[in-house]
This record gives sequence, C-alpha cells and structure tokens, in this order.
Amino acid sequence: MINSTVAEISAALQAGDISSVEITQAYLNRIAKLNGELNAFITVCEESALEQAAAADAARSAGNTSPLLGIPIAHKDIFCTKDILTTCGSRMLHNFISPYNATVVERFNEAGTVLLGKTNMDEFAMGSSNETSFFGDVKNPWNTECVPGGSSGGSAAAVAADLCAMATGTDTGGSIRQPAAFCGITGFKPSYGRVSRWGMIAFASSLDQAGPITKSAEDAAIILNAMAGLDEKDSTSIDRPAEEFTASLNQPLKGLRIGVPKQHFAQGLSTEIEKAVRDALAEYKKLGATIKEVDLTNSHLSVSAYYVVAPAEASANLSRFDGVRYGYRCEDPVDLEDMYKRTRSEGFGEEVKRRIMIGTYALSAGYYDAYYRKAQKIRRLIKDDFDRAFAEVDVIIGPTSPHTAFKLGSKSDPVSMYLEDIYTIAVNLAGLPAASIPVGMANGMPMGMQIIGAYFDEAKILNVAHQFQQHTDWHKQKPGPIASSDEEA
Amino acid sequence: MEWETVIGLEVHVSLSTKSKLFSGSSTEFGAAPNTQANIFDCALPGTLPVFNEGALRMAVRFGVAIGAEIGKRSVFDRKNYFYPDLPKGYQVTQLDFPTVGKGALTVTLSDGSEKVIGVTRAHIEENAGKSLHEEFHGMSGIDLNRAGEPLLEIVSEPEITSAEEAVAYLKKLHTIIRYLDISDAIMAQGSMRCDVNVSIRPVGDTELGTRTEIKNINSFRFVEKAIISEVQRQQEILEDGGRIIQETRRYNADKDETTSMRSKEVANDYRYFPEPDLLPVVIDDEYIAAVKAQLPELPDARRSRFAEEYALSEYDAGVLVSSRELAEYYEIVASQSGDAKLAANWVSQDLLGLLNKNNWELADSPIQAERLAMLITRIKDNTISGKIAKTVFETMLEDESDVDTIIENKGLKQVTDSGEIEKFVDEVISNNPDQVQQYKDGKQQVIGFLVGQCMQLSKGKANPAQVNELLREKMQ
Repeated sequence: MINSTVAEISAALQAGDISSVEITQAYLNRIAKLNGELNAFITVCEESALEQAAAADAARSAGNTSPLLGIPIAHKDIFCTKDILTTCGSRMLHNFISPYNATVVERFNEAGTVLLGKTNMDEFAMGSSNETSFFGDVKNPWNTECVPGGSSGGSAAAVAADLCAMATGTDTGGSIRQPAAFCGITGFKPSYGRVSRWGMIAFASSLDQAGPITKSAEDAAIILNAMAGLDEKDSTSIDRPAEEFTASLNQPLKGLRIGVPKQHFAQGLSTEIEKAVRDALAEYKKLGATIKEVDLTNSHLSVSAYYVVAPAEASANLSRFDGVRYGYRCEDPVDLEDMYKRTRSEGFGEEVKRRIMIGTYALSAGYYDAYYRKAQKIRRLIKDDFDRAFAEVDVIIGPTSPHTAFKLGSKSDPVSMYLEDIYTIAVNLAGLPAASIPVGMANGMPMGMQIIGAYFDEAKILNVAHQFQQHTDWHKQKPGPIASSDEEA
Repeated sequence: MEWETVIGLEVHVSLSTKSKLFSGSSTEFGAAPNTQANIFDCALPGTLPVFNEGALRMAVRFGVAIGAEIGKRSVFDRKNYFYPDLPKGYQVTQLDFPTVGKGALTVTLSDGSEKVIGVTRAHIEENAGKSLHEEFHGMSGIDLNRAGEPLLEIVSEPEITSAEEAVAYLKKLHTIIRYLDISDAIMAQGSMRCDVNVSIRPVGDTELGTRTEIKNINSFRFVEKAIISEVQRQQEILEDGGRIIQETRRYNADKDETTSMRSKEVANDYRYFPEPDLLPVVIDDEYIAAVKAQLPELPDARRSRFAEEYALSEYDAGVLVSSRELAEYYEIVASQSGDAKLAANWVSQDLLGLLNKNNWELADSPIQAERLAMLITRIKDNTISGKIAKTVFETMLEDESDVDTIIENKGLKQVTDSGEIEKFVDEVISNNPDQVQQYKDGKQQVIGFLVGQCMQLSKGKANPAQVNELLREKMQ
C-alpha cells in the first residue's frame, strides 16, 4: 500500500481495508529502513505520527470522511510546525522549535493528515541539488550517487522512495518542479497568492509559493484542495472563490491548445528529454490537442533577473537571523558587532552567504537602478510574454530541466547550478502555476515535463497532466534499487 | 557677516491605533517588557505583516486637515539596518510613495504676523523597540513592546528661519494632531519626537549651508534652546573660517549645548526596496471624502468662529483654541454662564494662569468647566462681586463643594439689602467729612475712594453699584 497514491490510500481507508495506524507504521518502517541512505528527513515524528493516526482512525469511526483523514504526509522543513524542530536546512535554525504552525500545516492538520516528519532541503531553499543543506546531501532514490534536485529534494526523494504518501514543497525558482523531474514524480507550483505563505520561512517573498509533491496529478489536485485559499495572515494571498481542483480532471482534451516555447527547446537541452517531450506532445495530439509554437522572447533574461530579485529580497528576509532572539548564536561574543558577524558567518552556509552578498550589492546605493529596478522591468517583460502566449494557447508545455539528475558534487560552479532552473524560473517571475510530471526515462533516470498555465488556471494544468497520466504510465515507474516490495505494505 | 538660519523639522508622531501597524499586539503604554510582542513583533521566521487600516485613516485625516495631497497609492518599503531593537533587520516605511504629500501649516508669530510653512510629506512607518542598557550586568535588554507601533513622520520644508518659527510650527502641529485625535502627541512620553535639521548661510546666498541634525528632542522649550545654541555654534565655526561637518548631534539640556553623536559621512546605506510582503495601499476619492467629512472643526476655523460668535479679539480667540480641550472647556463656560466675554477672561487669565503656575494639564484642573460657569453666573446675578469671585476661585481649588455652597459657607454673598448698605454708606460719610466736602464741591472722582471705603467696610460683599448710587444720593 505504501507505493499507492493518496487517492488509493484514501479509498482503502474509507473502505476499512487498512487503518491509518497501519499505513503510518508502514511508512515509519520504510523511513527507518531507508532514511539513513537517502537522508530525506531531518526530523521523524514517530510518536506523534502514531498518535495522530490513532486519532484519525477514531475520527473515521465517528463518521469523519475527510479525503485526507489519516493519510501520512511529510512537510518540507521550511514550514513552521508547532513544537517541532523547524530548521530550514540551516545551522542558523538547527535548534529552532517553532511555537506556531504555518497556515499550510494548519490546513493539513484540519484535514486530518498524519505528520511523519520534516524533510531535508537546500539551506533556506537556496539550491537546485539539495547539497547546501546543513543536514547533509539528500540522495536520489533512482541512483544514490545522484542529486534529488532542490530545494525540495527531501520531499521529492521521500515521495519517490515511498517514505510518505505525499509531501509539501516550496518553489521560488523551480524548487518543486526540478526535484520532481529528477525523482520521477509529480510536482505542482500554484499561482503566486494561491497558497498562504504564513509560517513558510521566506526566501524571496515575491516568488515563494508552496505546493504539493505527489505520485500523480490527481493527488496533486486532492492536496491542493486542502492547501489553497485566502489567508488573512498573508496580505499577498488572493481572495478567490473556493475551487475543487479535482472537478475537471477528467475533462477531455479535445480542442486543447498547447503552446510550445521555442526557447525551451534550444541549445543545452538533452536529446533524450527533447524526444520524450515531443513524444508526449504527439500523445496530446492523439487526445485532440493542437500544438502551436509560442515565443517567450525574453526568457533568456529570466535567470539573470531572478538572481537579482531573489537575492535582493533574501538579503532582507534573512536579516532577522541575527542571534538576538532565537536560533544560532556564536560563542562568547565580545560585543554586538562581533555577535552579528560571527553568528551570521558561522550560522549560514556558503550559498546563503553568497546570495545575501549578491542581494545586498544589488540594492546598494548607486546600483539599485542598474540591478534591482532593471530586473523588475525584465520581470514585467517576461510576464507580458506569457500574457501574449496565453492569449493564443491554454497551456505551455516544455521540459522541466535540460537534463536528468546529475552526480552529487559534480557542479561546483554556482552559475552552472543557477542555470539548472533555466526553464522554471520565468514561471515564478510571472507568478504563474506550473507542474512537472514524469515523461520518460533516460539511462535509468526519470525525465520531467513542465506544464505551465495562465494565472489561476491550476485546474487546467491538473486536467492536462491527469489526462496524460491516464494514457501513459511514466508516473508509475519506481526507482529500481530501493523499490518497495509488497510485504512492507 | 549677516547670517540666516534654515531649519527643517522631522516630527515623529505615534498614531493612537489600538493595535500595532502590522500585527494585532496592543499598543497600550506602560506594559511590562515584551508582554506586547507577538510572534510577528519578535520577527519569528515565517511571520508576515498585515496592514492596520486604522493607521491609514489617521494619516489621511492628518493629510486632509493640512490640505495636503493624498497618495492614492502608497507603497511600503524596507529600510535595512541591523540593530537589536529592530527585530526584522529592516524597518517598514514609505519612501517614494508616502500616504501624505505636500501640504502646509499657517503659524502665528509673537508679533502677530502669520507665516505659511510647507509640509513636504508625511509617511507611515513602524517604530523600533527599546534597548535597555541598565540592570543587565554589562548586557543589554531588549523590549519589543514598542516595536511595530505605527508612526507618522511629518517632514517640513526647509522654510523655517528661526527657533521661534520652529516652536510655533511644532505647537501648531501638536494642536492639529490633538484636534484630530490621532495621537496623544506627548513629547515627554515620546509619542511626539522631533529631529531638527539646522544650517546657516550668509544672507543673500541661495545655496544651503551644510546642515546638522539634532535628534530626539523631547520638549518645545528644548527645541528652541537647541536651535539657538546650534546656530550659535555653527556661526562661530564659520566665522573662525572652519567648516560644518554634516552629522547627527544631540542636545544636552544641562549644558545647553549640542554634541556630536555620529558622523553622517559614514552613514548606513539603507538599501531601500519595496516591501514584497505587502501590497500597495490603494484608496479612492470616496475614501478621502469620507475621512474629510469626519474632520472635526480645526483650530483656525474655530478661532474665526470664536472671534465672531463670541465677539472676542483674534488674539483671545487664538489663546482659547490653542488646544482642543481648552476650546471645548471654554465653550461650556461661555454657554452655561451666558457671558462669553467674561468667560473668555476667566478661562484665558485665571484658569490658564492656574494651570501654568502648577504645571498642570487641563485635565488636572480641580475646577471643571461647569463650576467655573457657575462662578461667572454668580458674578452676573450679583450674588458676588468680581473681586469676591477671585476668592471663591481660590477656595474652589481645595473645596470640591459647589459654588453656592462655598459662597454660603464662607459668608461671601454680596450684600444687596439696601438697609445693610445704607449702614456702610452712613458710616463712611460720617468718617470722611473732607472727601464728602470735596465731592460736594464738584470733585466727582472722589466717589471712587468713598465706594472703596464702603467695600472695605463690607469686606467686599457690598454690591458696588448699589453703594455708588446710595452715596451719590446721600451726598446730594
């Protein structure tokens, strides 16, 4: 059962075929067996998970039929969880027990999910390989010599290796989609403002968005139903009428207009991935879709603009980590300045410090116009490109990443790491929703396809993804070396 | 060389919203340290700001009161710097798009002339917490109760040319803010603070001299003294051929001098950028009109009305409207006593004299408007004379009984019984034959002396008009 989707587990729980305590224990066993190797979890909440599972079983007996009731989940360690260690992958918060829950966590609690633990991540979500975590690298379940992608690498690896039924992630420049692609699962980044950011530790406030990491598009829709919605505690969350994201999953694709950005099939894209995505497009054609090339003229500027805006916001967002009130503080500071300097030098890792410096520089007097203001202009141009494209097409499809998961330690140059997110970053700059779903295998490693939708058109993306998964089984592929066997379930 | 002074004022006012600018914490003054700091105020990771609309309404209220342009789209920015009492490591403020734009205040100077002083802008921002350096054995304590309280920073144009004008501007600002009920604006408590930018230049120069900024002055009087002393200091330096260093200074009241705090030449780069956690605040004409419709009568309008309605001089009216409370007090006294002129005299002289002498606020006065009105009523209906009324007024300070009881108990009631008065008059006539003769010889003014004698004899209680009349009758 642990390799099942949320929809399947939900049905089994409802039918009484399995209890929440049983499935929770099965995942805990699986975590105990594999986490040492994968390092997907920073914290495992064994005791409280079993308590929550028992409570969920009791609630079900009492008549509660919530679709997520009793289903085990893992939260990325960027979400504040009350009374549970919340590290954000950083030494700076290695000892931070949050006194409150993020809205996302709160919503899952209300839906009755069981929290298995907190997943590993790049430090403060800054990275595309999960190698910047203070708590060590996460290994890709398909090949433990490879990275799982980042920053939500722990969540992606956990879902791919069946350490949980579902997980939350966050996506600032591709941090849900790229690890989903590398780990052969479904990752979904909603429109900016769709999911509350309250309690989600900020990296770049205008780009950060939480979303589900799952085994299918249908699961993503089920989970998004629980996650999304206005939150008065987040001024940037958007007031939209409640939507059932599962409602239109089965809508036929006849007449669907798919845009294919020529810029996403340019130099640097691996031939296997290009072929896999083109094959997928052919599949969509068979389902009645039309394909049209679209021009995202300014997409080559997206990485540069992103690496001004995101570090600029991060440089301020991370100022609160000063050793004064919580988290890491250096030993025996001689004075205030010494405490600031050593706390932040010792508490943050290299990549975080690099981005704080980039952001600080970009906002400095005399450079603001050349960097920050210009980046904001580019951001508008990129959004305009998408607006033009969506006037003609319903979704835009391309590769999620130019290649499959790379070897741990193989990218030592920060810029080459930044280019990992070349197809995903523009989506965050424009605030759009997008998914990555498995689209094939190359040399034993999964490949991902990105489906981008118009602002607040999550339901369309999920429909398009789900229909693909109804006609293909790439999303059902399991990592060979550590594939779960039935007796574990 | 002749010098002229150029002054610009930055005034911070704590807006009296019930909760903080971006969190639900209370803003009540005087709570135990850190009892009014929630997870947002402590800048816990993941927390986000939610804008308090009350602060916007108060800022707009101020804006329309001074006839300022109102920013229909105001944008919050982050001002970045590290300090332990600034928990987020940035202060949220408004840089390029403040809620209140250009406006003006008209001040009246001691020579009676009026001057219009421009207000550049007024923006909303959050306060920092407090660092406490005592009692912690070499460490510092941080109190975040104040962190995140809403402030309105009101920036004047550099159009103020003397300490007197600066104080007149501040007092006017203070009066308007109190009328608007948007802040306690108590300088001693820090709910109104003033930073003064001062420079001097040779008369006739068009370029501004190098300025210094004197931070956090906490009384009108110290503002005046600090400016005078800083102008003097700058003048001495320039006349000795030196140059002024642009820097922040503080005013030391004990020594009556300003001293350097830190040099602005190595100032922080605050790296302002738009606050991404907050949306721009957009308001429409309707919003502004609604705020305008709720404005109370403001001091200038009230002064004109008092002058006209109560037939007072502009000066007297100006004194009476100098605070909202005083004006309201006066109106009660005037209407209940039925004598606006007499009420104006008693309020602006006796009552204000009393407050000044004791350093009291109006609220501290033991003589409420209703009691003062009654006292004046008793003057008008001849129960007591104006002179006796002063005695009653003094008594009222310690004795909370009503006016009539005091008059009764102290036996101060004016004697109007003509038989009683006749006794006094007869006695005075027989005791002062010389003066009586002078009167009879045509020296009319002697009557004053004789009336005075009668009053003395009656211990001030005789009705002077009756005395006067009877004396004249008897000396015919």
